[in-house]
Amino acid sequence: MLRNICRYHTKFGQAIIWPFSFSYVKHVPSLSTQLQKAKYSSATAERKKFYETVSITQGEGGLFEINLDKRKLKTPSGKLFTVPNEALAIAVANEWDVQKDTLKFYTMHLTTLCNTALDNPTQRTKEQMISAALKFLETDTICYRVEEPPGLVELQTNEWDPVMNWIEQRYNVVIGSSSNIMGPQIPEETKETFHQHLNSFNFWSLTGLEFVINQLKSLVLSFALIDRHLNVEEAVLLSRLEEEYQIRSWGNVEWVHDYDMYELRARTAAGALFVHLSSEKTSVKKKILQD
Amino acid sequence: MAAMCSALRVCRGILKEIRSAKGSGYRHSPVYQYVLQQFRKNQVTGAQLCRAQMESLHAAVSYRCLLASTRLHQRLHLQYHARGEHTPQQAAALVGLRMPNQPGGKGWET
Repeated sequence: MLRNICRYHTKFGQAIIWPFSFSYVKHVPSLSTQLQKAKYSSATAERKKFYETVSITQGEGGLFEINLDKRKLKTPSGKLFTVPNEALAIAVANEWDVQKDTLKFYTMHLTTLCNTALDNPTQRTKEQMISAALKFLETDTICYRVEEPPGLVELQTNEWDPVMNWIEQRYNVVIGSSSNIMGPQIPEETKETFHQHLNSFNFWSLTGLEFVINQLKSLVLSFALIDRHLNVEEAVLLSRLEEEYQIRSWGNVEWVHDYDMYELRARTAAGALFVHLSSEKTSVKKKILQD
Repeated sequence: MAAMCSALRVCRGILKEIRSAKGSGYRHSPVYQYVLQQFRKNQVTGAQLCRAQMESLHAAVSYRCLLASTRLHQRLHLQYHARGEHTPQQAAALVGLRMPNQPGGKGWET
């Protein structure tokens, strides 16, 4: 028995090594970041697929676990990989299931997000995450406008203003835009309102939201996406508005523009889905029929 | 009605992505069954009204986008970026050019 367990452990220890890197590790350089870098090597590293079947089980406390053949999936730091609801578990299991001969970790965005939420590799508190998210408001993409060329000015006005109006009405705040390098002056009340709103998110959805904000480089667009005012394609388009304008006049280069766009879409979609799935709770109540 | 049609389209879109990722036997995967079950559950019928329909539709659209973008991104990655550095000939061919061909050698070979 004991020998079996030992064998299981050695097998397991070697089986799941995690070549993940977390994109927003870059933004907060600290000692722990340096330590993490040692453990989480490049995200582009690939491994041979070492399992055949992927299944889901519901473990203690109603949390869902992923099984690769007979082994339980673990996070990079060795914790048991658990997710709070079935939909997320199925989506993660599907990511593992569709891998062909090698594991391509750069295509497994939901797994990465779950790992980040479970491990919290940079040891951040909720308050730190909220202030990091709010910091994006000061340099929000759609607050910075250009004065020339006229075509781009028109495009920005037509496309960004409706979103800006929407968020100002939805949250009853003033944000404003500016063509100055200093950006607009955001009133303290606005920040206070968003702070309160962000505080209502749980840790998991905050992780996802911060990921989305980092991708879109915009708090406004991220809120529009999470509040279901925009879908992923629209949000990504608005975030890349200037690039789209340049593509229109200079042409599209598939291995740069399309490559970036699909990556951005995939990451943003994963983040948005992660927020939605981890902030909802589904329960089914059945009536008991009485004779 | 419009919402129904587009829900059907989104559902088909997701199932198509699952099929192209999984190959044959995709019908037995849990994700296929789960997606179908969710779409059926959230259907609006005369007998049943679903308040969360728009929310689940939005999540479904995001999921379709995730699957499709991941597939397309991976395709471009394998085509252009996964094979290490290009040789000058390959790099030139990418933009429709050819390396010059000099019959007598380039002069610096010995």
